[in-house]
Amino acid sequence: MSILVQENTRVLVQGITGDFGARHARLSIEYGSQIVAGVTPGKGGQVFEHNGVKVPIFNTVADAAKQTGATVSAIFVPPPFAADAILECVDADLDLAIAITEGIPVRDMVRAKRAMQGRRTRLIGPNCPGIVTPGRGEKSHGGCRIGIAPGYIHKRGKVGVVSRSGTLTYEAVWQLTCKGHGQSTCVGIGGDPVNGTSHLDVIKLFNEDPETEAIIMIGEIGGNAEVEAARWIKEHCKKPVAGFIAGATAPAGRRMGHAGAVIGGAEDTAAAKIKIFKECGISVAATPSDMADALLRIWKG
Amino acid sequence: MNIHEYQAKELFEKYGVATPKGVAVKASAEYSTALGQINTANGIMVKSQIHAGGRGKGTFTNGFKGGVKFSPNKEKAIENATAMLGNTLVTAQTGPEGRKVQTIYFTEAANLGKRPDGRDDEYYLAILLDRATSRPVIVASTEGGVEIEQVAHDTPEKIFKVQVDPAVGLQPFQARQIAFALGFSGELFKQCVTLVTRLYQLYWDKDCAMVEVNPLLVTKEGQLLALDAKVSFDDNALFRHPDIVALRDLNEEDAKEIEASKYGLSYIALDGNIACLVNGAGLAMSTMDIIQHFGGSPANFLDVGGGATKDQVSAAFKIILGDKNVKGILVNIFGGIMDCNVIATGIVEAVKETGLKLPLVVRLEGNNVQAGKATLAASGLTIVSGDTMADAAQKIVKLVNQK
Repeated sequence: MSILVQENTRVLVQGITGDFGARHARLSIEYGSQIVAGVTPGKGGQVFEHNGVKVPIFNTVADAAKQTGATVSAIFVPPPFAADAILECVDADLDLAIAITEGIPVRDMVRAKRAMQGRRTRLIGPNCPGIVTPGRGEKSHGGCRIGIAPGYIHKRGKVGVVSRSGTLTYEAVWQLTCKGHGQSTCVGIGGDPVNGTSHLDVIKLFNEDPETEAIIMIGEIGGNAEVEAARWIKEHCKKPVAGFIAGATAPAGRRMGHAGAVIGGAEDTAAAKIKIFKECGISVAATPSDMADALLRIWKG
Repeated sequence: MNIHEYQAKELFEKYGVATPKGVAVKASAEYSTALGQINTANGIMVKSQIHAGGRGKGTFTNGFKGGVKFSPNKEKAIENATAMLGNTLVTAQTGPEGRKVQTIYFTEAANLGKRPDGRDDEYYLAILLDRATSRPVIVASTEGGVEIEQVAHDTPEKIFKVQVDPAVGLQPFQARQIAFALGFSGELFKQCVTLVTRLYQLYWDKDCAMVEVNPLLVTKEGQLLALDAKVSFDDNALFRHPDIVALRDLNEEDAKEIEASKYGLSYIALDGNIACLVNGAGLAMSTMDIIQHFGGSPANFLDVGGGATKDQVSAAFKIILGDKNVKGILVNIFGGIMDCNVIATGIVEAVKETGLKLPLVVRLEGNNVQAGKATLAASGLTIVSGDTMADAAQKIVKLVNQK
């Protein structure tokens, strides 16, 4: 197994007719993922075609889900409309809404997250690279790639990766793959202050997943999500965990690219988080080049 | 986005939140007219307007002490304003270079009420996002006029918080809870409930990142008054608030950061000497970290984004080289989807265009990386290649330290 998505997961794409959504829908199709529907209001009935795969486009998420059996949505719609797109997935009772969109207003996310309480849909992101469960083919072909991560850097295996940052995730995945270690699932939870799924949520899923044997958790300055996860790991996690925190050199009070990456209080700093990681038995990578090695120091594969 | 105190108080007034009457001026010729518009009987506060805290304890580079001054009369107010306007104020939050004061705010001095123990009757109130619950939180304290972080550390029991459910908004009982927690009764209790309700409305309507009043004051006349006001906004929501965008003061922002934003680049200047150019915010932050780890000092944060183009790379080089402290450049690109060769071509063009003489280390990884490395090698330029982030960081630190 893997977590959240498997090779046969049926995926719809909201915003498939925009440049960004179309580009990544094509890459997912090339990777062998099951992209079964597109949603663009007003373009229902059209067809998105790539590499001989015909993807029907629907006006609503509910229609797309009902007619194609899609259970997961990748959201590529522009920021002013993204919270609405997320809530449309909730209304259709999808399993997962994965919001790639960067720049959604905080107020929109605060309302959307409140409206999701008690509903079955889980949100990943926003402002995230998405999820990859690598396939078993060459260069991990045949996996489930939802979002914008490069598929080919992956390899099917036993390490779960969770991160707020896209390119840092790729860095960790590539280090693992180059050293011969594959991944069960890689989850980008996004760099925004209000997101749907936390580090801890994903760690709990990895902890229960029989295929995942070890975990890499990548965090950054701002908020206390990594600290919350680390304290849970100390008490409950059965698997070895390596960690990295970006932003040791970031000045306080400045937003470092990600809207959530800003030092607001004492526990927000990289130094504070790293200290707590160590106290909780997490193997800390000294530099981003050291992420795979930090794991391999405590886990032999 | 941040705004000035006087702009924040104009917003407060629109929402019916009382502040001391004031007038903002940008030229000394306006002093007299401005002072004629307010009641100066109790004296005047002269307040430097910059986007940084700690103004009262700041010092001007001309030696003048204090960016906020009480002045007993108009003559003294003009004297103080003259010492401030056009000069550079250094505070704990501005960094050593300070900020040039381009606006002066004259306000009526308030008649501070006193508590039984003789202290000024000052409170603290703020509304912001609570990241742990993803809900707005109102933070109130009886300890105003001091650093709230200090209060939270020394006397956490004096901090009172109310979470607002975004589905229904702030409820009257919650506003009452705050007024009770601050110890108000009678007429002041009613004023406090109204004030909290109106400030929350402002916070929600205008997509504020934070609304902070410190101090919130009770006057001798028994009025609740926002003596200071700090308001910032969620950048992601500015598209729906043209009235707020109009308040932006570009003088308060770093010219290079403004230039970078035109090209979709995220740039933040730091005080080191090794510039970096990276794709992705997390990787950009950790590139700064690894430079420091190997004994160097990063000159900036620069994220060219996930789909960087040749034009962006070229613009990024020019912005980096605008910083005279820069003694070397580290480019770190993990081209997952984007073509490393496009980036390499952009780097070569930018180096030729800018006539770069500084050491340059490039670490490329990902899609079409071999072609990218070949382009760099064939350029005839002195570009050092780094295989991993660690390798690249060590090389640039060594090259810069040799000079």
